[in-house]
Amino acid sequence: MNSTNVKDPEYFHKVVDCQYACPAHTPVPEYIRLIAQGEYTKAYMINWESNVFPGVLGRTCDRPCEPACRRGRVEEEPVAICRLKRVAADNKDDITPFLPEIPSIKNGKKVALIGAGPAALTVARDLAPLGYHIDIYDDQSKGGGMMRSQIPSFRLPDEVLDFEVDIILDMGLMTHFNHYVTSLKSLLNKDYDAIFVGTGAPKGKDLHLPGRDEASANIHVGIEWLANVAFDHIHKIGKKVLVLGGGNTAMDCCRTSLRLGGEDVKVLVRSPFKSMKASPWEIEDAMHEDIVIHENHVPLRFEVENGKLKGMYFQRVEAKYDANGKRQLVPTGEPDVFFPADDVIIAIGQENKFEWIEKDLGIEFDQWDMPLIDEKTFASTSPKVFFGGDAALGPKNVITAVAQGHQAAISIDLYCQGQDIHDRPDPHTNLYSTKMGIHEWSYDNGIVIDERYLVPQADKSITLNNIKKEVELGFDIATAFKEAQRCLNCDIQTVFTAPKCIECDACMDVCPTSCINFLVPAEDESELREQLRVPAINDTQELMVSEVLKTGRVMVKDEDVCLHCGLCAERCPTAAWDMQHFIYNTAKAGQMVFS
Amino acid sequence: MSYLKPKFAHPRLPKNDLGYTKKEYEGVISTLCAGCGHDSISASIVDACFELDIAPHRVAKMSGIGCSSKTPAYFLRNSHGFNSVHGRMPSVTTGANLANRSLIYIGVSGDGDTASIGMGQFIHAVRRNVNMTYIVMNNGCYGLTKGQDSATADKGSISKSGDANSFEGIDLCALAIELGATYVAQSFSGDKEQLVPLIKAAITHNGFSLINVISPCVTFNNNPGSTKSYDYVRAHNEALSKIDFVPVKEEIVTTYDHTSVNVLEMHDGSLIKLQKISPEWDPNDKLSIVTALHNARANHQILTGLLYIDNDSVELNDLINTTETPLNTLNYDVLCPGSEVLREFVGRYA
Ligand SMILES: Cc1cc2nc3c(=O)[nH]c(=O)nc-3n(C[C@H](O)[C@H](O)[C@H](O)COP(=O)(O)OP(=O)(O)OC[C@H]3O[C@@H](n4cnc5c(N)ncnc54)[C@H](O)[C@@H]3O)c2cc1C
Ligand SMILES: Cc1ncc(C[n+]2csc(CCOP(=O)(O)OP(=O)(O)O)c2C)c(N)n1
Ligand code: SF4
Ligand code: SF4
Ligand code: SF4
Ligand SMILES: [Mg+2]
Repeated sequence: MNSTNVKDPEYFHKVVDCQYACPAHTPVPEYIRLIAQGEYTKAYMINWESNVFPGVLGRTCDRPCEPACRRGRVEEEPVAICRLKRVAADNKDDITPFLPEIPSIKNGKKVALIGAGPAALTVARDLAPLGYHIDIYDDQSKGGGMMRSQIPSFRLPDEVLDFEVDIILDMGLMTHFNHYVTSLKSLLNKDYDAIFVGTGAPKGKDLHLPGRDEASANIHVGIEWLANVAFDHIHKIGKKVLVLGGGNTAMDCCRTSLRLGGEDVKVLVRSPFKSMKASPWEIEDAMHEDIVIHENHVPLRFEVENGKLKGMYFQRVEAKYDANGKRQLVPTGEPDVFFPADDVIIAIGQENKFEWIEKDLGIEFDQWDMPLIDEKTFASTSPKVFFGGDAALGPKNVITAVAQGHQAAISIDLYCQGQDIHDRPDPHTNLYSTKMGIHEWSYDNGIVIDERYLVPQADKSITLNNIKKEVELGFDIATAFKEAQRCLNCDIQTVFTAPKCIECDACMDVCPTSCINFLVPAEDESELREQLRVPAINDTQELMVSEVLKTGRVMVKDEDVCLHCGLCAERCPTAAWDMQHFIYNTAKAGQMVFS
Repeated sequence: MSYLKPKFAHPRLPKNDLGYTKKEYEGVISTLCAGCGHDSISASIVDACFELDIAPHRVAKMSGIGCSSKTPAYFLRNSHGFNSVHGRMPSVTTGANLANRSLIYIGVSGDGDTASIGMGQFIHAVRRNVNMTYIVMNNGCYGLTKGQDSATADKGSISKSGDANSFEGIDLCALAIELGATYVAQSFSGDKEQLVPLIKAAITHNGFSLINVISPCVTFNNNPGSTKSYDYVRAHNEALSKIDFVPVKEEIVTTYDHTSVNVLEMHDGSLIKLQKISPEWDPNDKLSIVTALHNARANHQILTGLLYIDNDSVELNDLINTTETPLNTLNYDVLCPGSEVLREFVGRYA
């Protein structure tokens, strides 16, 4: 087996589990250390560079980083990465001195952005400092897309959103709000050098069951209804509310109903509770507000009397799994169940809507009416037109929209500068020793077992009576420090220099989590994985294999549960191990460096 | 500098028959110099006790003075221990063993602690066949007092300051065999594969077991010209055999080719499997090993592995017929059975 090429930045990138899992590759441990040091502004700017909306994401992110967090593999729960981000946003000072300068002399290129959600705003944020002239179109009256129309203000206060959206709008964009683009052709006919489509997946799925049309006054499509609440068009709902669906939209609909007069609000899910699509914490928060969730209920028909909604019938089912593990919902044979209702909210999914894109523009669509998009460049089949966010690959989340926005911005810049959009810029990386003294490091390597801290919430008696009142209070500074200290500093890498090793075994003996091994080289990796002191069964984690040492053995380190505690380096007599700070910043359009 | 070892463990750390992981056999973080051979020996003791399913509270760790004698702090955190004055570990262990033969005694000592100040104590523990494992962490110098040549430093070995040692070094293994030791082994701290089974067999052996482990002092005796450096020991290490220890609990199904494999049955039924490399040597034959040691010395070789074992060893407590019950649990009426018994006893000699 060959030795590992740690010169390839992707090797150490993968070791930083959270950063690797973050679609925008936010340097998580870096900002968490800054939070522990009280450097909130710096922590905020590191986030802002990568994910553009730290205040929004610190409250609402889907947090793909957290299931990846190493703490979760050596202890029960991951670091509360997302809510620490909020601490940086809440406690930062004035950031204006750190924002990029917007050139007054433009570069002569004009770009149109359709939609003003997180994807398009990210493109704007990346291109405006390079001197692009940017027109942004959105049918809503303000920027933010679904961050504004869908995410309720009790989860995301308006001022937090306004602050981060305005930073970008203030970069000299030409905004065209309340402007629904009805024809892409008309925009293509203007003098734009490139067009970005960031229109999201704005159409809520409906449920055409008997009674749907007669009772339409009291049957709402979740997405539209939430937007109407957000833009102050709806202020009330009936006392008895049924919400259909098990995703995050359903959770927002039921909690919003409670704040608009709903007293008896139920969520009805077709599937078993455990396979609900909503994030566990969203379900938890809804249940904390006494929402009842009924699983295994398939909607049958609306009950209407004199044109007025009375309630709804459901069939009881149970989940059966066939030999391939495929699920089927099979009726239990119990009698159908009736739930009385004043209002029903349908929250069963969203779809894209591309009627406004003419079919003769060279933009190809697939059988599901989704555009054919290159998943690296986010280019469509028309050279000038790029996609990103929910419009590109279907509904996901804010951080994915941001990550795709960055990539689309790179492509647009390359395209406008006449370069090959497939020639992607390398990430900015660096690796340097943290050694300060003989056994001293420039990071706090004394790690202890400590359970995840809970984010406090405002009292229900307050939050349920005021839809604008944010439920989560955020960590106070003292708790934030403790939570930040749970971070294992996975970006401080264990770097091994084979020729220095005298094979004294000290590192292997001291390693608290038995990561280090000295072995006779094996034929292939799977064989090697079995031979380790603790077999490396987690294939998603790499092995670091050294060159052959003096005795003919190799050093093999399983990255899986390394604590980055630095003890190997402290106990190494020859400094064959060193703890080195690894920096990885994904490239932005025009090789722009923000911080 | 880290003073505390993180409490974290690998989530899939194997457990032994008692349900313990190796963590339960570890000690506090070592304060020895980074890379000291002694730390590897501590780790080997941890491995051996874990693999033998020894409950930590059944072990007494005994030591004297020196870097080597500090190591009991770094292994078997949950065991008993006694840190004696310099060189007195063998005597203290002899006493402890007579007072309570139910414990497992692991003595660790240095070459200074054993071959200089403790020599008088050491040889009597050997000849009395005290039931203990006696590990010498042999670095050829007094590490703790900054690296003076010890009595096991080889003649001609160059110290860190550049001087050649002008005295003959004491060969502890040869000496022990001469004094009637019933289990004698030699090993290298950098070879756990050999050292761990040797410790397991030593702990299982019924009587005095000496393991002389060459253990480089990275700070004061790892220089070119030293015969106790990592490089020198690796280059001159001559293993007598490959050793495997098979505890009683593991059923033995294989049959061995006795021309190349020696299978030695221990008093409790455990087996030592030796894959012989040197044909002239027989682990039950004192003369063969004394000759081999002599030749090795002439050829600048360090013989390692199990050198000698007496399978019929009778340990001190059995020789002098001490009580099975630890003295501290004997009741007053047993210790002082009364005037009637005394009268009867005296009457026997009337
Ligand atoms: C109820 C709900 C709750 C959610 N909660 C979260 C959450 O907590 N965390 C999270 O990460 N994600 C959440 N999401 C998902 C997230 O909001 C989206 O994935 C994200 O906003 C997508 O960003 P985008 O830029 O692609 O598009 P969008 O945010 O959808 O923005 C598109 C914008 O384009 C406008 N538009 C559409 N068509 C046109 C047109 N033809 N002309 C002009 N303008 C047009 C739309 O009105 C909209 O303003 C939630 C979604 C819903 C429905
Ligand atoms: C009675 C007494 N004499 C001398 C000393 C000083 N002293 C401390 S350690 C030591 C030598 C230890 O050498 P060794 O046993 O080889 O241990 P090492 O440090 O090399 O492991 C000496 C002479 C002492 N502590 N007590
Ligand atoms: S930093 Fe070194 S000692 Fe600490 S867990 Fe990782 S490999 Fe083990
Ligand atoms: S502690 Fe250093 S010298 Fe010793 S084995 Fe580990 S890497 Fe090699
Ligand atoms: S002085 Fe030598 S024997 Fe003592 S701890 Fe340091 S390396 Fe080990
Ligand atoms: Mg010594």
